[in-house]
Amino acid sequence: MIEIQSIKKSFEEKEVLKDISARFDNGQTNLIIGQSGSGKTVLMKCIVGLLTPSEGKILYDGRDFVAMKKKEKAMLRREMGMIFQSAALFDSMSVLENVMFPLDMFSNMTLREREKRAQQCLDRVNLIDAQKKYPGEISGGMQKRVAIARAIALNPKYLFCDEPNSGLDPKTSLVIDALIHDITVEYQMTTIINTHDMNSVMGIGDSIIFIKEGHLEWRGDKTQVATSENQSLTDFIFASDLLKKARQAFV
Amino acid sequence: MTTILKPIATFGRYLQLMAKVFSRPERLRMYLKQYIKEMQQLGVDSIGIVLMISFFIGAVICIQMKVNIQSPWMPRFTTGYTTREILLLEFSSSIMCLILAGKVGSNIASELGTMRVTQQIDALDIMGVNSASFLILPKIMGLLTMIPVLVTFSMAAGFGGAYAISFAGILTPEDLTYGLQHSFNQWFVWMSIIKSFFFAFIIASVSSFYGYTVEGGSVEVGKASTDSVVHCSMLILFADIFLTKLLS
Repeated sequence: MIEIQSIKKSFEEKEVLKDISARFDNGQTNLIIGQSGSGKTVLMKCIVGLLTPSEGKILYDGRDFVAMKKKEKAMLRREMGMIFQSAALFDSMSVLENVMFPLDMFSNMTLREREKRAQQCLDRVNLIDAQKKYPGEISGGMQKRVAIARAIALNPKYLFCDEPNSGLDPKTSLVIDALIHDITVEYQMTTIINTHDMNSVMGIGDSIIFIKEGHLEWRGDKTQVATSENQSLTDFIFASDLLKKARQAFV
Repeated sequence: MTTILKPIATFGRYLQLMAKVFSRPERLRMYLKQYIKEMQQLGVDSIGIVLMISFFIGAVICIQMKVNIQSPWMPRFTTGYTTREILLLEFSSSIMCLILAGKVGSNIASELGTMRVTQQIDALDIMGVNSASFLILPKIMGLLTMIPVLVTFSMAAGFGGAYAISFAGILTPEDLTYGLQHSFNQWFVWMSIIKSFFFAFIIASVSSFYGYTVEGGSVEVGKASTDSVVHCSMLILFADIFLTKLLS
């Protein structure tokens, strides 16, 4: 479980995050949603430690990440996996080498064991046939699946996804969402997904927080989204005419 | 005020990065793998351009010396002697490193810059890898290892170019050979190699700094690549003055 308490973050004079507190439970997909520029990426970066919050606490199963020493942070990072918006695969390595990389760096397994584990992870995301290819030779959806395989290689306790469906077609997005959700339940991970994909919200939003202009505007789950009275949330989720009509029909 | 403070701040950030780079590697095996890859990419892949440029410059120096310096009042070995001194003292170390700053420096800056903007460096950081050390240290060590080889090859190719011209009839190979051997001081070869170590460090570390600290997109990567070449060249020229004075 990850808990954030009164997180504030400012860049020079501009306050980007204004006192955000939330709890992200394990075994479920926790979504952070919000418009572009609302601060959700900054919040995600603070949680994973790419940025240091100006104020507040980030607790990983009770361990305060902000107050940790460098070495403790490095150890905790080995319990994290992250899927980036751009997949962030290493161009110079094959698909198999990409998935093996965290194992090469941090495990004490033999080469054969590392290979076997990487192949298991690739098999889990249905990409065992692409193991010898390079990132430039596979599609965007496949790259995301490789990124998922790499993220789970070390059996992480915490999984972070920064707009995992960005640049993907709706059908592939559903596949990626389903995969992340299944892996979260299977490994009982604490998964936090930063998204503005409405399919993800309605499909895998076990827990959702809505950020608006740097503050926490709404929290709930996918079953509460359609019936929510929060105007900002409904304006954001049901932005198009088609979705507005769908909501009216549903309500 | 900003004009004065900006270079100081940049130098401070460079030192901070170097402190991260020279920290203890997490997994030596992976660093060695990277080190060998970088020796190939930065060193072995540069041998072709080094040989080609040195060969032609050696030939041109020889022609220029013959045409502009040689006269009936000077001994016939002057052309070979001056060609050797130019190649050993300046060309094969300083000028060759200026050329490498363009080839290798821009390669390093654009590679790291692209890794930064495509979040590959963030991915390493999230995994708990010291990305600065993992990416930059093997580049510095790889270039430092390969630079004596490149300098030696450059000297040999330069002499080869001079001989090619002598066989073309501009001067006799015997005169050239005598000139090349006349008053040979072995220290000049060592001086050239010692200087090249400093230049190699400048090329690898400064280019890495510009690439690693890129913020933005492809335009910034291009700018970082250009900045790295410009700053490496300037620093090599400055360092050359001090090293030449110190080692001569």
